[in-house]
Amino acid sequence: MKVAVLKGGRSLERGVSLRSGARVEDALGRLGHEVVALDVGGDLVKRLDGERPDVAFVAMHGVGGEDGTAQELLEILGIPFTGPGAAACARCMDKSQAKSAIRAAGLPTPDWFAFSQTAFRELGAADALGRLEQGLGFPLVVKPSRGGSSLGVKFAASAAEVPQALVSAFSYDDRVLLERFVEGRELAVSVLGEEALPVVEAIPAQGDSYDFEARYEIGRTRFVCPAELDESQRAAVTEAALATYRTLGCSGFARIDLILTADGPQILEANAIPGLTDTSLLPQAAEAAGLSFEQLVERILDLALKPAPA
Amino acid sequence: MSEVPIPPHRRRAHTSTRDLERYTGLFAERTTVMRSSAMRDLMAITARPEVISLAGGLPDTSTFPPKSFAAQMTRIAQESAAEALQYGPTEGFEETKDCIVEVMGAEGMLVDPHDVIVTTGGQQAIDLICKTLVDPGDVVICEAPTYPGAVPVFCSYQADVVQVECDGDGMRVDLLEQLLEQLRREGRRPKFVYSVPTFQNPAGVTMSLQRRQRLVELARLHELLVVEDNPYGLLRYGGEPLPPLYQLDGGDFVIYIGTFSKILSPGIRLGWAVAPPPVMEKIVLGKQAADLCTSTLTQYFVREYFAEGRWRQYVADLVEIYRGRRDTMLAALREHFPAAATWTEPQGGLFIWATLPEYIDTGDLLAKALRADVAFVPGQAAYIDERGRNSMRLNFSGVSADEIREGIRRIGATIGEQVELYGALTGERPAAARPADPEGADVLPFRKASEGRG
Repeated sequence: MKVAVLKGGRSLERGVSLRSGARVEDALGRLGHEVVALDVGGDLVKRLDGERPDVAFVAMHGVGGEDGTAQELLEILGIPFTGPGAAACARCMDKSQAKSAIRAAGLPTPDWFAFSQTAFRELGAADALGRLEQGLGFPLVVKPSRGGSSLGVKFAASAAEVPQALVSAFSYDDRVLLERFVEGRELAVSVLGEEALPVVEAIPAQGDSYDFEARYEIGRTRFVCPAELDESQRAAVTEAALATYRTLGCSGFARIDLILTADGPQILEANAIPGLTDTSLLPQAAEAAGLSFEQLVERILDLALKPAPA
Repeated sequence: MSEVPIPPHRRRAHTSTRDLERYTGLFAERTTVMRSSAMRDLMAITARPEVISLAGGLPDTSTFPPKSFAAQMTRIAQESAAEALQYGPTEGFEETKDCIVEVMGAEGMLVDPHDVIVTTGGQQAIDLICKTLVDPGDVVICEAPTYPGAVPVFCSYQADVVQVECDGDGMRVDLLEQLLEQLRREGRRPKFVYSVPTFQNPAGVTMSLQRRQRLVELARLHELLVVEDNPYGLLRYGGEPLPPLYQLDGGDFVIYIGTFSKILSPGIRLGWAVAPPPVMEKIVLGKQAADLCTSTLTQYFVREYFAEGRWRQYVADLVEIYRGRRDTMLAALREHFPAAATWTEPQGGLFIWATLPEYIDTGDLLAKALRADVAFVPGQAAYIDERGRNSMRLNFSGVSADEIREGIRRIGATIGEQVELYGALTGERPAAARPADPEGADVLPFRKASEGRG
């Protein structure tokens, strides 16, 4: 089969994407497929038209690749592709949209407020900040609405730290979230097809949680898979993840990040195209389920070609 | 199955998570402190062709005449092919050392060729010096900010890195003195002070004569070494030259690092170190273990090039070009950066260091700037702790005047948006206009920050 691997692009997570893509190409080659590597740029449509692949493996992360842009194009061109469709990608990428959908479905997610830059620049939203902060309490988390990998995510320990955190978050997106900080264990549930893989727990080495650097540095965050959970915890976490996956309309695969608090799971976000590098969580979870990386890649391709009935 | 083609680019077998864990168990302790980061991923994006990158540290090699390059290499091929393709002595060729003596002489230093070792770039000299001097846990003192490329070297030898604040006159030697006293009380052993005293990377500042003298005295007093890294000394665009630390000390307590990278070419990977004989002996052993010898071919190239006798003229040409670019960047900064920003006005070298209001994190700013296709080095790269987050390094040597103007305009606009946003968030009005330019180049103050690391 001829498989086009879409990777790179202009996203801030280009580096991670190139590593994901390279690893996928490697596996596809070993599986006997014909691989076309595409570093996504202005000539994407032309290249796809020229190559006419049977299927596209989307290994892009961040804005531009994980937000539905590339997927929309593939839908128009009629090329089947891996992972969630354009609409689901767009919903996952935008945390404020995703959280609204999650809450509307009756699923738990920490309280939040979302703002556009215009609200602050033109409508004096700053005057409402005090009230919101009171509602959310401190510390609170400030994050860009669209963006991956913890880029631009900051804690604010007090009201004085909020403006600075907002300036950072607005560097990545025109919309930001102020979110209640919930304490608990950091868990990631990868879903493959309609099946939840073993839960991964991220244990920060030295109080480094939410640090972008820590996520990609071997040694600073320790990952445990399967996470040590009792049966009821595991069921609650897995159920919450699967419900989120369905609510957001995901298909193929996705990774749901959540916090397990004393009162149960709180869903933080869904990643439509989780990383596939050596240190990424989806491959780790698949391996814990007995799937080698090749088997994982093959299964992802199958799911792209035989989508589950909606 | 016998016909499975082997892709020509396949480098490695499949790595599973389990494999990774197996390797992890084999990694040396020192790899856990080696830095690799998301910031490096961000920097990878700066290499996109449409990005105006002020993030590099590149000399402009397009100014080197290709004809002259061709003639020298042809002469080597015709006259000394066998020798030029052979191994050479670990210390480097005598002829290369003669060139080095000449270069150091141009800055007023007298040096015995026996004290010189030719290295694979100045970077290897830093590595070999650490290899020779640093045990895990030993204290290495450097400037704050320091050369970002030195930090991973110190870390890979598991040094305990302590930084001393700089101001417009270079390293605060008074703070160094306090630090040495504090270390002595704590029973911690500093092995050397690493400094780029002239046109510092990244800050662009130059250490004053008084501080140079005091630094050399302190080294003698405390019997510790000073590693003087001087890649930019000959690239002076204004002001009077100051004596290098090596010259002031006479080479007893100062180890000197030089390079051909900025006066000729970084691609030839030729640098050198000058050290007292007992230290040199160990450095040579380290070099032998590292790579046996520095490239013979490029040493022949340097020899030929110096024989032509035009190297000084080439440096003079570079100085003209870089002076123009520095001035262009300074003018663009005045025009486009907000009033709350400050920056250094270097009298030489390749870099300007700009400091923004405290609430701007230049790592996040870079993400925003990249959307406008412009890049710089966030200040945190030059610190081992959390400092420098509101500073940036800007390079003016490797980009054209037009790119400098446009790049600074875009960065300025990006900062402007953040300043305005912060104003809207806090009700603070940004200062309307820049205060009149202060007199005297290198004296703009650095952000006040806590000292050392404690």
